[in-house]
Amino acid sequence: MNVTSGTKLYWLLKRELWEHRGGFFWAPVIAGGIFLLLNLMGIITAEVLGASHGIQIGANGGLQHIIGQMDAGDMSKVGFALDIAMYSAMGLLIVVLGFVVFFYCLGALYDDRRDRSILFWKSLPISDASTVLSKVLSATVLAPIIAVIVGIIVGILQLVMVTITLSFHGLNVWQLLGYAHPFRVLVNLVGYVPLYVLWALPAVGWLMLCSAWARSKPFLWAVALPVATGLLVSWFGLMGLFNQSPLWFWKNVVQRSLLSVFPGTGSLFGLDGEGLARHAGNDLNDMGLGLMNLSSTYRLLASPDLWIGVVIGIGLLAAATWFRRWRDEA
Amino acid sequence: MSAVITATGLSKHYKQTAALDDVSFRIEPGRIVGLIGPNGAGKTTALKAILGLTDFTGQLDVLGFDPRQQRDKLMGDVCFIADVAVLPRWIKVREAVDFVAHVHPRFDRAKCDAFLARTKLQPGQRVRQMSKGMIVQLHLALVMAIDAKLLILDEPTLGLDILYRKQFYQNLLEDYFDENKTIIVTTHQVEEVEHILTDLMFIRDGRIVLDADMDSVGERFVEVLVNADRAEAARQLKPIDERQVFGKTIFLFDGVSRAQLEALGETRRPSISDLFVATMKGTYA
Repeated sequence: MNVTSGTKLYWLLKRELWEHRGGFFWAPVIAGGIFLLLNLMGIITAEVLGASHGIQIGANGGLQHIIGQMDAGDMSKVGFALDIAMYSAMGLLIVVLGFVVFFYCLGALYDDRRDRSILFWKSLPISDASTVLSKVLSATVLAPIIAVIVGIIVGILQLVMVTITLSFHGLNVWQLLGYAHPFRVLVNLVGYVPLYVLWALPAVGWLMLCSAWARSKPFLWAVALPVATGLLVSWFGLMGLFNQSPLWFWKNVVQRSLLSVFPGTGSLFGLDGEGLARHAGNDLNDMGLGLMNLSSTYRLLASPDLWIGVVIGIGLLAAATWFRRWRDEA
Repeated sequence: MSAVITATGLSKHYKQTAALDDVSFRIEPGRIVGLIGPNGAGKTTALKAILGLTDFTGQLDVLGFDPRQQRDKLMGDVCFIADVAVLPRWIKVREAVDFVAHVHPRFDRAKCDAFLARTKLQPGQRVRQMSKGMIVQLHLALVMAIDAKLLILDEPTLGLDILYRKQFYQNLLEDYFDENKTIIVTTHQVEEVEHILTDLMFIRDGRIVLDADMDSVGERFVEVLVNADRAEAARQLKPIDERQVFGKTIFLFDGVSRAQLEALGETRRPSISDLFVATMKGTYA
């Protein structure tokens, strides 16, 4: 039987999924479930309190009447609000995903050295480069895509929950759902993944390098090295030895090497101050577009920060591969 | 046929100590080689060098590959079981078989399933739920289904009970080994491999102190059971070891003619463990 490198990579990814089913799949599912449960509790609380205080929102089809009166601009605002309901589910999942990817990368090339199962993996005809590649792809593509799919399902459930609640107050469910843009939300979220790969690369590279290099406690090394360097830089900065502000180091080295695995940090930190100011100046609708519209997030592609990070990330991964190949545990 | 492994001037240093010190040897196909040595003698380092897991100086050719440069190609023809605990604890039997079946070009799934059917292993069982013996059974099932040219076993039966240990070597001989395969095994339980070995290598302080096939070992080394009255005569022949048993003395000779020895008393072939103890005298002193 001939085994192509494509099949090998596919099975290597599958292997990562087997090992990290808990982090990659169950963590977002449970987070999403908790999110829905909290929302449901909130809605029930609101309904119960509303009823007991005799507040009848939109009784006798009042709300429906209002919607009937809306112009196109108002409808897009309703749609936007519903989209936000879907995105909000993603918010929690993104934080969970960030933690999952962070710790996955730290353990990726360390855990099997600790339990010595590396000797089993190394007894198979698989190059160390494809092992590392499969782990990078698991962290930057596989895990985010699973999170997005779970996020979309949770988002749709959330949307349904909100519209059904509103329908108790006389609104037409289908009409409301028509205002939302689940497919646009889906495309935006999936479309964010390639950008995430590029943005997360320096952090993934750094964490995996620590994972492949550290003889013990990769977490400590990964966090302590950049933070300690940052403190040193700040200290020298206090004495005016550098022209650059120490903030630059914290933002571009410490932050990128550790926090870039958190999705969305690209949009928050990556854009220049001018861009953010321009967004802040606009109204709610554009602000929403700013954070959630692909063309806007992809403006990051034009920033040299991103590409410098990609180059450094690839360099760090090459070093991680070298350590994976030659680290001798004797 | 060309040699499976040719090593010339192999050296490896860890800080102060030499794990391998200018070692040279050749291993021919179709052999079962026992690599025996005390703790820290360099056995594992030698195996790691062969598997391309560690850097070294000198020349090493394994199945025509340089293990440092072409490790992933080499691993298509080489299998190894390094210790009992090396299978990842999270993996299920089914997953392990699936994975190896799809990444290893020489894996025969039917053979693996047939072997697993003879064990108590369940497809959904995880390694962490297995006993040590079961883990080795799974590992052996995976390895025996691979048609490799070279199999390397580093303490494969460590920590197993005697039933598993016997079964392990029996399976290896009956279902796996043939004239196209070569096995290198290191173990401290010398008595168990003694009868299956075709070649013997003793390693001490990073050097090969004995490298011979079993037939020549039998010709070279002779044990003689000597009565007390002739013990002095035996000592004249410079035995490499002597020990007392029931008022008699057992002498171990290296390269003394059999006729001479038979005059002293009853001769027999020494066990590998006795030979080992005699050769390694003073290792830890």
